Amino acid sequence: MFSNIGVSNSYRKGVDWLTVILYILLVAFGWSNLYAANYNPEVGLQFSLSSEYFKQLMWIGVSAVFAGIIMLSDSKLFVEAAWPIYGASLVLLTLVLLIGKEVYGAKSWLAIGPIQFQPAEFTKIGAALVISRLMSRYGFRFDIKQYATLAAVILVPVGYILLQNDTGSALVYFVFLLPMFREGLTPHILLLGTLCLVGAIAALLLGTWIAMLSLLVLSVVALQVVMSRQGHSKTALIAIIIGAVVGGGLTLANIFLLGSRYPVEFPVLIGLAVVSVYLIVMVIVHRLRNIWLFLLYVWVGVGTSFAAGFVFEHVLIEHQRTRINVLFGIEDDPLGAGYNVNQSMIAIGSGGLLGKGFLSGTQTKLNFVPKQTTDFIFCTVGEEWGFIGSLALVGTYLFFFLRLIHLAEQQHSVFSRVYGYCVACVFFFHFTINICMTIGLMPVIGIPLPFFSYGGSSLWGFSVMLFIFLKLDTDRNFLIR
Amino acid sequence: MYESRKYIIGSLMAVMALIISLRLLYVQIITNEYREAAEMNSRRKVVQYPSRGLIFDRNGKLLVSNQAVYDIMIVPKEVKAFDSTEFCQTVGIDIETLRQLFGDIKTQIRRRRASIHKPVVFLRQLSGERYAMLQEKLYKMSGFYAQRRTLRKYEYRAAANVLGYVGEASESYIKKHPYYANGDYVGISGIESSYEEYLRGRKGVNYLMVDVLGRTKGELYEGKYDTAAISGQDLTLSLDIDLQMYGEKLMQGKTGSIVAIRPQTGEILAMVSAPSYDPSLLVGRDRSKYFPILTNDPNKPLFNRAIQAWYPPGSTFKTLNALIGLDEGTVTPETRYGCAHGYTVGKFHMGCHGHASPLNLRQSIQHSCNGYYGHEFRDLIDNKKFKNVKEGLDTWKDHLVKFGLGYKLGVDIANENRGFIPNSAYYDKTMGPNWTSLGVVSLSIGQGEILLTPIQLANVAATIANKGWFITPHIVHKIEGAQTDSLYRYPRQTGIDTAYFSVVKDGMELAVWGTDGGTARVAQIPGIRVCGKTGTAQNPHGKDHSIFMCFAPKENTEIAVSVFVENAGFGATWAAPIASLMIEKYINGSVDPKRKYLEDRIIAMRTIQDTNGAKDKKDPKKEAAKGNERGNDTGAAKQPSSPTGGASTPAGGIEGEETAEDIEPESEAEIEPEPAPAMSPTPTENPIETEENVQ
Repeated sequence: MFSNIGVSNSYRKGVDWLTVILYILLVAFGWSNLYAANYNPEVGLQFSLSSEYFKQLMWIGVSAVFAGIIMLSDSKLFVEAAWPIYGASLVLLTLVLLIGKEVYGAKSWLAIGPIQFQPAEFTKIGAALVISRLMSRYGFRFDIKQYATLAAVILVPVGYILLQNDTGSALVYFVFLLPMFREGLTPHILLLGTLCLVGAIAALLLGTWIAMLSLLVLSVVALQVVMSRQGHSKTALIAIIIGAVVGGGLTLANIFLLGSRYPVEFPVLIGLAVVSVYLIVMVIVHRLRNIWLFLLYVWVGVGTSFAAGFVFEHVLIEHQRTRINVLFGIEDDPLGAGYNVNQSMIAIGSGGLLGKGFLSGTQTKLNFVPKQTTDFIFCTVGEEWGFIGSLALVGTYLFFFLRLIHLAEQQHSVFSRVYGYCVACVFFFHFTINICMTIGLMPVIGIPLPFFSYGGSSLWGFSVMLFIFLKLDTDRNFLIR
Repeated sequence: MYESRKYIIGSLMAVMALIISLRLLYVQIITNEYREAAEMNSRRKVVQYPSRGLIFDRNGKLLVSNQAVYDIMIVPKEVKAFDSTEFCQTVGIDIETLRQLFGDIKTQIRRRRASIHKPVVFLRQLSGERYAMLQEKLYKMSGFYAQRRTLRKYEYRAAANVLGYVGEASESYIKKHPYYANGDYVGISGIESSYEEYLRGRKGVNYLMVDVLGRTKGELYEGKYDTAAISGQDLTLSLDIDLQMYGEKLMQGKTGSIVAIRPQTGEILAMVSAPSYDPSLLVGRDRSKYFPILTNDPNKPLFNRAIQAWYPPGSTFKTLNALIGLDEGTVTPETRYGCAHGYTVGKFHMGCHGHASPLNLRQSIQHSCNGYYGHEFRDLIDNKKFKNVKEGLDTWKDHLVKFGLGYKLGVDIANENRGFIPNSAYYDKTMGPNWTSLGVVSLSIGQGEILLTPIQLANVAATIANKGWFITPHIVHKIEGAQTDSLYRYPRQTGIDTAYFSVVKDGMELAVWGTDGGTARVAQIPGIRVCGKTGTAQNPHGKDHSIFMCFAPKENTEIAVSVFVENAGFGATWAAPIASLMIEKYINGSVDPKRKYLEDRIIAMRTIQDTNGAKDKKDPKKEAAKGNERGNDTGAAKQPSSPTGGASTPAGGIEGEETAEDIEPESEAEIEPEPAPAMSPTPTENPIETEENVQ
C-alpha cells in the first residue's frame, strides 16, 4: 500500500525532498500553533525575545544548522559513531541523575550555562543507531545472545529514565520492538505484550475474577482448536474437565466450607496449575506441538490480570492511579486529576468542524489548558482549526510515517532500513501517545508531539534523528556497514 | 525476508490514525458537551446595574441620590483556598460569619437555587471604603469578584412616606416581572414603587472572557453583544422639602397627617405622615435590621397615613353637604334652620353648641351648626324629587364620587386607600331594607360610615378653592425625558355650579374671620385670607381626632391643606393652628415671630406617650425609635389609630404594608366594590349627643 506513495525512484540520488517538505510543513504549522497558544488578545501582535515562539524560532534555526551539518557529513560516520553516540548519551543521562534539574517532578534536565536540554531526547538517537548497527551485522539472527544484547541496549536507558522519574520518555523505548519485528522478531513478543495490556485493562475495568474467567473461556476454545488439529481432542476434553472439576470444586469449597477465606482467584489459579501439569505430562508422552506456547499465553494472560490489581494497588503511585481511573471513567474528577484532560477536550471539542480560526481560540488563550504549549499543544490545533484542521494534521503525520517506512524499504543496506523504521516508529509512538492523551484515549503521559511541542531538546532530537535517516537515504544504493 | 511485515506496521499506523480521527469526530462534531463547557469556561455575563434616577424637590433640591456599594460574588466551582483571616479583617466580619456565609451557599446549591458554575452573591453591600481595601486582595482569591451596586442615599431625614424605599425583589415578584433577576432591587413603596419603571433605568450586560483563575481577559466578541446600562430617569417632585420638614416638625410626637396641595395644578406640596422614620434606616443591609422594628412599632411609622388611613371627616364634611343641597336645589344660601342646642327628633338627639339661631347657610358653616345640617341633609335625601330615600342617598353619593371620594383618587404614590362612602345598598344590608333618613342622619355632620383619607380631604379643600374642579393630586411634577400621566394634567369636574362654591367659600372664610365668632379663628394669619373648616372625628376608644381643612388665599388660592391629628381633641385646638402655620410657612416663607408661641405649643404637644426612657442606647429598637425621631415603639397602651369612630387603619391598610414588603401592592387594591370598613360605627352604637362632637 505504501509503495505507491510518492514518486519513488530507487536509483535517484540526493535528498528526499518530499519528506523534507513534510518536515517543513509540520514544523511551520507547529510553530504557528505555538504562536497562537502564546498570543494574547489584549496585547495583540508582539515580538519579544524572551517569548516562547521567538525561542522556538531560534531552535528551528539551530535545527536547520544541524540538518545541514548532517547532510554534509558522511553516511558511514553514523554507523561508526553508533556506539560512541550511545555511550555519550548514557554519560549525559548519568550526569542528569547527578546534577540534573527537576521540572514537573521529573529530573530530566541538564543545564550547561544558559543552555538547558533533556539528554533523553538524544539517547533515542543513540539507541536507534546501536539497534540498527546490531541488527545489520552480517549473519544476524534472533538468538538468545542477540535478544540479550538488544534487551540490554533498550533497558539501560529505560532504567536511567525511570530513575529520572520520567515514565513517558521511558515507554518510548518499547517502540523499538516494531523495527525488530520488521527484521524477524517473533510476533509472540508483541502479541504477549498486547495480551498483557488487554488482561490488565480487563482486570481493572471488570475485576480480576471476571477478567480471568473470560480469558479461560477463550483458552478453552483455543485449546480445542490446537489439540483437535493434532488429533488429540480427547486430551483437550479431559484437560478441560479436570480444570472445571478442580477449579469449580475448590471455588465452591472456598465459598461454602471455608467461608471465602481465600481470594476467589486462588481456586482458579490452582485449577489452571493442575491442568497445566496434566498437559505437560501429555506433551512429554505424546510429543504434542504448540502446547508450550499455549500454556505461555494462558499463564501470561491470567497472570497479568491477577497481577494488575496488585500492581495497581501497591506499585503505582497515587497520581498514576487516579490518571488511570479517570481515563477509564472509574473516577470523575474534572477539577483534580481529570482536570488537564477535561480542559483539553473542552478546548478541542469547542473547535467544532471548522475551528475558531487562527489566533481566535479562547480556551487555549486563557490558560484553561495546562502545559498548552508543550504536552497539550494539540489543543490549539483542535480549537482553532477544528475537525478539518485536526484531520489534516493526523493525515499529514500518517503520510509522513508511511513515507518514512516506504523510504526505509528502499534502502539497500539493512542498517539504513532498520534505522528508518526506528525513526518512523519513534515519531509514531510520540504522535499516538500525545494525541490520544489530549483526547482522553490514553492516560496522561507527558511526552512531546514531534515538531509541535515547545522545546529545543525535543525539536533538535527529532530533527537530528530524521536528517540522519535522510542522509542515509541519499546513499540508499550503497551498502553501508 | 519478512518484507511483508511492513504492511502490518503500516496498517498499525493507519488504524491508530483512524481511531484518533473517529475520536476527534466524536469530540468535535458529534457531542455538544465540550462546546457547552467551553462557553461556561470562558464567558462571564456581568450585569451592569444602572444607577436609579435621582429625585429632586420642586425647588430643585436633591432629595434622593445614590451611593455605590459592592456585592462580593463567588463562582463556587472556582473558589480555592484563600487567606480567610485577611479576608475577614478586610471586610469586617468574623470567621464564624464567614463559615456561615459558605454554609448558606452550600445550602443554596443543595436546594438547587444556585449553581456551582454560576456567580452567586456571597457578601452583600460592602461599603466603598471596605471594597477599596479588599480590591487589592481580590486577585489572590480565585473565584471571587465584585459587582458594583448602587443604594439609595437620602439627603434629608424627611418624606420617608412619600419617597418609599427600595429592596430586593422577592421570588414571587420576579416570577411576575421577568425583567428582574435574583438580587435586583425594586421600589417597594412610595414613589420608588409607583415610578419604578422610570427610576430603575435599564440594566446592561457585558460579556467578558475570563481565564481559568476567573481573571477578566477582555471583552467577548469585541463587545458586539454588550448592552450599556441606561441610568434611571430623574424625577422632580412637586414637594417643597422645606415645607415638608416643617410639617414633620409640627407633627412630632403626634399621630396623624398633613397634606398640602396646590389647587391650580393638583401638585402635592407636602405630605406628612406621623410618626415617620428616617428613610436611611431602610437602605441596604440596615433594612433587614430596622424593617421588623418599624413593622412591629405600634405607632406604625411605615403606614402612610396621608393616603392609607381613613377617618370620618367630621364637620368638614358639612361643606360638601351644603354644596350638594345647593346643587340639588333643596337648600338655598338663605335657607335658615333653627337649632336648639342640637337636632332633635323624638328621642333622637344630635347635640350642638351655643350659637345664635336660626342661621343661614354661610353662618351654618361659620358656626358649624349640627342642627342646620340635620335638617338640610334629611331635606336633601328625603326630597320629593327622588323616588325614595334610597335614590336620594345614591344621588348624594354620586356627587361625592365626583369629588374623588369613595374611590382611589389616583395619587401617584403606591398603596393609596379608597376611603368609603356608603350607598343605599350598603344600608339595606346593614340596617335592613326599611331604613330612614333619620337612621343615617349622622352622615350630615360627617360622622357615621363615611371615611376619607387625608389626601381626599385636602383635595376637597382644593376643589372648593377652585370652585368646582380639581386635578388629581400628584407628587411627581416632572419626569426626565417623559411626560407625566394625563391624569395629572387635566382637570376633573364636580358638576356643581361655581356660584354655590362661592357661598361655601364665604362660610369657610367666616369660620376663620367671622367677627361674631367662628370655629376656626385660631387659623387666622395676618394678611392672608385663610378659609377653613374644623372637624372632629369621633373616637370612642380615646380622645377624638382633630381635623382641619383649609385653603388660602381665598382668591387665586395657592395652597389647600388638610390636617388630621389623632387623639388630639377639637379640630380648632390642634389641627387648625398646624394648618395655618403650614400656610404661613408656604406663602410667607417663614412664620411671624408673633405666632412663634403657637408653633412652640404645637411642637411641644405630644399624643404619643413616651413611657420608656432611653434605657439602653445601643438597643437597635431604641435606635430605630430615635431614627423615626417622633416615634415611640413602646408603652402606647392604646392603639392611637384604633378604628371605631376614629382613624381606621383597617386590615387592608396594615396588610398593604406587608404586601408592600412582598412587592405586591396591587393585591391590596382589590377591595370589593362596596366594602364595609373594618369597623364602622352606626348611630345607635355611637351616640353623638355631646356638644364637643360638633366642632
